[in-house]
Order: sequence, then C-alpha cells, then structure tokens
Amino acid sequence: MQLALFIIFGGLALVGALNLLFQRHPIHSALSLVVVMMSLAVLYWSLGAEFLAAAQVIVYSGAIMVLFVFVIMLLNAGKEERTRGSRAAYAVGFPGAAAIFCLLSFVFLSERGALMTSNIGGDLSNAVDNIAQVSAMLFTRQLLPFEVTSVLILVAILGAVVLARKEQ
Amino acid sequence: MVPTTYNLVPTAYYLILAAMLFSIGIAAFLIKRNVITIFISIELMLNAVNLTFVAFAHMWHQVSGQIFVFFVMVVAAAEAAVGLAIILSIFRTRETLNVDEIDLMKS
Repeated sequence: MQLALFIIFGGLALVGALNLLFQRHPIHSALSLVVVMMSLAVLYWSLGAEFLAAAQVIVYSGAIMVLFVFVIMLLNAGKEERTRGSRAAYAVGFPGAAAIFCLLSFVFLSERGALMTSNIGGDLSNAVDNIAQVSAMLFTRQLLPFEVTSVLILVAILGAVVLARKEQ
Repeated sequence: MVPTTYNLVPTAYYLILAAMLFSIGIAAFLIKRNVITIFISIELMLNAVNLTFVAFAHMWHQVSGQIFVFFVMVVAAAEAAVGLAIILSIFRTRETLNVDEIDLMKS
C-alpha cells in the first residue's frame, strides 16, 4: 500500500514538476504546480503527517496558488519568448541541476543503510493523534516562534498592501 | 495490518524524489524568463524541502520536523503575498514581466 501510494503519487509529482519546467505559458506552470502539491499532500498523509496534508491542500494549493493564478490573470501574462539570456540559461541550467541531483542522490544512496524504511501511517499516529502531538508541541515548546510568525504574517499583509497600492 | 516487506518504502526513496523535485525547481528557476514562473519554481523548491522534512520526521518518530514544515508554509505564504505585490508594482512601472528587461540596477 505504502509502495503503491509512493509510486503513483511520486510519479504524478514528478510528471507535474517536469510539465512545469517545459510549459511556456505561466498559467500552465501554475496548474502543474497544483498537481505537484496535491500529490505531495497524499505523500505527507502516507508518512503519518495528517495535519500537514490538510494544511498543504488548504494553504498551498488553496490559498497561495489562487493568489498566483489571480496575479497571472490580472497581468494578462502571455507565453514567454526565447531570448539570448534564456539560451545561456539553458546551457548552464540543465547541467547544473543534473549535477546537484546526482550529488544529492549519491549521498542518499550511500547513506541508505543508516536510513530506515517507512510504513503507512507510521508510528506517530498509532499511539496519539497526529494533530494532538503537533499542537501540543506548537503551543508549549514552540509558542514563541508561533506567535512571531503571526507578527510576520501581519507585516507581510501590510507590506503587500503598501507595495500593490497605486501611487497617488 | 501486518507490515510486509512489499509495504515498506526506504526513506532514501522519498529523499531522492525530493532531490528530483528540487533539481527540477533549480532548472526552472534558471531557465524561465518570466518573473511569475520563476516565483512558481521557488515554491516548487520549498515543497521539495518540506518533503524531506516530513520523511525525516517519520523516520525519527518525532513531530519537530512537521512543526518546521508548518513554519515553512507560513513563511511561504508571507513571501508569496509580498513577492506578488512586488511583481505587480514592477509591471506597473516597466510594463514587462521578462527578467531580461528588468535591468534597472545593471548600470
């Protein structure tokens, strides 16, 4: 079950990410990113992080991507055209990304013995509720960072309003 | 449910999937010429890192990694709001979304 979920939704996430890379219209890239985020939500759920799976769907694919699609529609963004800079980026970007991927997967595969295997749901959710554990941690030991993030959100809202306002 | 060996997925596979998504995000970040698409590829990279956090939190049976992902989500939401506002004001003044034409700081 865990393996089937991993293959199906991991593959879906990978296909969505590649589609994001090769589409030329921003709206197609944004909708591919929604596919990636929804598949990652299923993977989070299968790893025993039920709260994060719900938050991923609501916050990322619900709120953030709606904001992106809204701005793309508002600015009437069209297909991007190839320029001289983009050819140079092709020459550097693909080998660079491939090198980083090779390095990361080499490290992960060589440390494979130290890493364990995972089963569906995980041991986190068997004893206690995942949300109970997360909230107990969040509202006791991590209370100060939690409150600081609410201030951060407030500052971000004010900054967005000031930046997006029309000059008088 | 009795876990069989078919049911188990090595944590390394999740990490490699996350590495793939991260590399695709890097490639998209370098190749794309549209500001909004570059921003979208940053979100893809953040999601890839979140997957490694959740995989490690599962492996060590701790919720600290999930708390960190929660904070990353909050920061990503704030960053998206401010970044898209910046993109809006850039488009108002320069009438373009192509990063090659936004070269005010390049003398």
